[in-house]
Amino acid sequence: MLTVTNLHVRGGDREILRGIHLSIDAGEVHAIMGPNGSGKSTLARVLAGHPEYEVTEGTVLYDGRDLLAMDPESRAREGVFMAFQYPVEIPGVNNAYFLKAALNALRRHRGQEELDAMEFMSLVRARMQLLAMDETLLTRPVNEGFSGGEKKRNEIFQMAVLEPRLAILDETDSGLDIDALKIVAAGVTAMRTPERAILVVTHYQRLLNYIVPDVVHVLTDGRVVRSGGKELALELEEKGYGWLEADEVAAAATGKA
Amino acid sequence: MSTSTQTIEELANREYRYGFVTDVEQDSAPRGLNEDIVRLISAKKHEPAWLLEWRLKAYRTWLTMKEPTWANIKYGPIDYQDVIYYAAPKKKPALRSLDEVDPEVRRTFEKLGIPLHEQKLLSGVAVDAVFDSVSVATTFKEKLGELGIIFCSFSEAVQNHPELVRKYLGSVVPYSDNFFATLNSAVFSDGSFAYIPKDVRCPMELSTYFRINAKDTGQFERTLIVAEEGAYVSYLEGCTAPMRDENQLHAAVVELIALDNATIKYSTVQNWYPGDKEGKGGIYNFVTKRGKCLGVDSKITWTQVETGSAITWKYPGCILQGDNSVGEFYSVATTNNYQQADTGTKMIHLGRNTKSTIVSKGISAGHGQNTYRGLVKIAKQARGARNYSQCDSLLIGDRCGAHTFPYLEIKNTTAKVEHEASTSKIGEDQIFYCRQRGLSTEDAVNLIVSGFCREVFRQLPMEFAVEAQKLLSVTLEGSVG
Repeated sequence: MLTVTNLHVRGGDREILRGIHLSIDAGEVHAIMGPNGSGKSTLARVLAGHPEYEVTEGTVLYDGRDLLAMDPESRAREGVFMAFQYPVEIPGVNNAYFLKAALNALRRHRGQEELDAMEFMSLVRARMQLLAMDETLLTRPVNEGFSGGEKKRNEIFQMAVLEPRLAILDETDSGLDIDALKIVAAGVTAMRTPERAILVVTHYQRLLNYIVPDVVHVLTDGRVVRSGGKELALELEEKGYGWLEADEVAAAATGKA
Repeated sequence: MSTSTQTIEELANREYRYGFVTDVEQDSAPRGLNEDIVRLISAKKHEPAWLLEWRLKAYRTWLTMKEPTWANIKYGPIDYQDVIYYAAPKKKPALRSLDEVDPEVRRTFEKLGIPLHEQKLLSGVAVDAVFDSVSVATTFKEKLGELGIIFCSFSEAVQNHPELVRKYLGSVVPYSDNFFATLNSAVFSDGSFAYIPKDVRCPMELSTYFRINAKDTGQFERTLIVAEEGAYVSYLEGCTAPMRDENQLHAAVVELIALDNATIKYSTVQNWYPGDKEGKGGIYNFVTKRGKCLGVDSKITWTQVETGSAITWKYPGCILQGDNSVGEFYSVATTNNYQQADTGTKMIHLGRNTKSTIVSKGISAGHGQNTYRGLVKIAKQARGARNYSQCDSLLIGDRCGAHTFPYLEIKNTTAKVEHEASTSKIGEDQIFYCRQRGLSTEDAVNLIVSGFCREVFRQLPMEFAVEAQKLLSVTLEGSVG
């Protein structure tokens, strides 16, 4: 579904991603792990089309199409969803209204009928239960006055309503207590289907106890330095990122010799 | 900057939709202003001697006055001798029925979406349509008449209800009030008049629609609304003008009077031609609007959505004279391209336990300059007065400006006055968030702006709120930077 080849990305005057290779199939859950500043959030944001980054080299194919040539809203309408690390507040705009506008934009794009208020509400109520969300969040302005946990839950709730084909979770676990983490993870796990791919970006292994990945990639300094099964996350938890960095230095030294 | 900036810039070039000119034969006064012109206007309207006297006093006072310069607006000198002070469609609309309206004029209002045929009106809004200087049609007159409500053009009111006009004209905005109001007092040509008798709740929205059509013509209308004890009325005002390269002057006066327990809601959606993208042309909108809460427990609410005009100079205020009276001001003012707005309110607390609320939302885009200027005055005798003011500014791009000038004059120690202000920018992050959910940049900006204006829009009657929101999105198209 998603094939990233030799992706180089600049942000400001710095090269953040330095040749990423990644391939994700439908039905798979991949985790991207890495220390702070390794570029994992940049990767998520570039895939979503954030305008502050410049792709200098490489390609990203999504269902065989050039993802980088699409603007952010086209990607969203084609089924790419990103749960934000820092969800943005939109004062005065009702959460339900916002989500209905988004859902209907997607439906229009797919040639489906727009949902009216009644149909929308019955869909939304079902999805809210999935995340044990309080219904009052619907009538409050988008993310305004939400606690950190509520914001993250709201992201996953939006994902449940918008039903993306490729879901990118950017540090969804940060700022969540263990109970909230379990609820969010259960919501994501419930959305694992053979048609959907999920990319989980996280700093800690903790989340992966609840969203068990098929593949784990470790990102260091803008490159994938190791990929493996779910055991890799546990190994990292035990040995820390320093273990891989040392490894990488050794590999680089060997290459030179 | 980023790609989203470019996309938004591209959206900018939508044209003013109401900029067409109607071809009708005009009966106009010669250019310029002198006592003869004042007399001519008065004679055209068959006015009683007292009204001519009042106009002449105003004119003589105006000659001694200077155009104010304190506002935060810049414009070239206005040549008051180069303005035509009276213009009217030639077929004199001494109308027995609406069918007698000049078909060209009627078509104009139809084009603007203002139906003058009562049978076509479904929304329950009675309309007084003012074309250049004269009122051409007032709908639902008879139905309202059954309740004792008078809703007609100002000229008709002078003929048919002179005692009411004489009693209240100038009682809130005296003829000597300020340069533009005084000019209006000398040369006003028409406008609307509404009178709601005791304990009557007006069953439909009353509405005036103003259209400037003739070239080089100033529009000077005058509106007077009186709500007797226990009466209620909601009044709407809308306006448009053709696109012209020259600036056109609009200097209106609105006076509201609320007696004991009466409520007046006055809502405006101002959409005069704003000039082109380089700032050429557009209406100079110098307007004096004031309401007097004369009776106890009376209430006046001003709601304005200002999207048009090259210059807006406007401070709808309330004189809170009756004890426990309430004044409210809800405003959205938008400036894009080279538009300038200096607008706000005056809340004058005279009575005891009077209360006022001010919610002002200024949106600046392009090179627009947006100033909030508001006065809260608590007089010595006004025990227990309260005011809450909130002024928020939203900036779109980095070439526009937002300014806030709150004036507070508190002479009574029991007063409670609160003022909150904020300035924010539409962030790239907000826009990206919306786009990531599938919304276009344009929809994202509209969504963010409508959220920003929500407190004001909810004060408007339903259909008007929808219209206001649409207008705002047209005004702001192509503006995010």
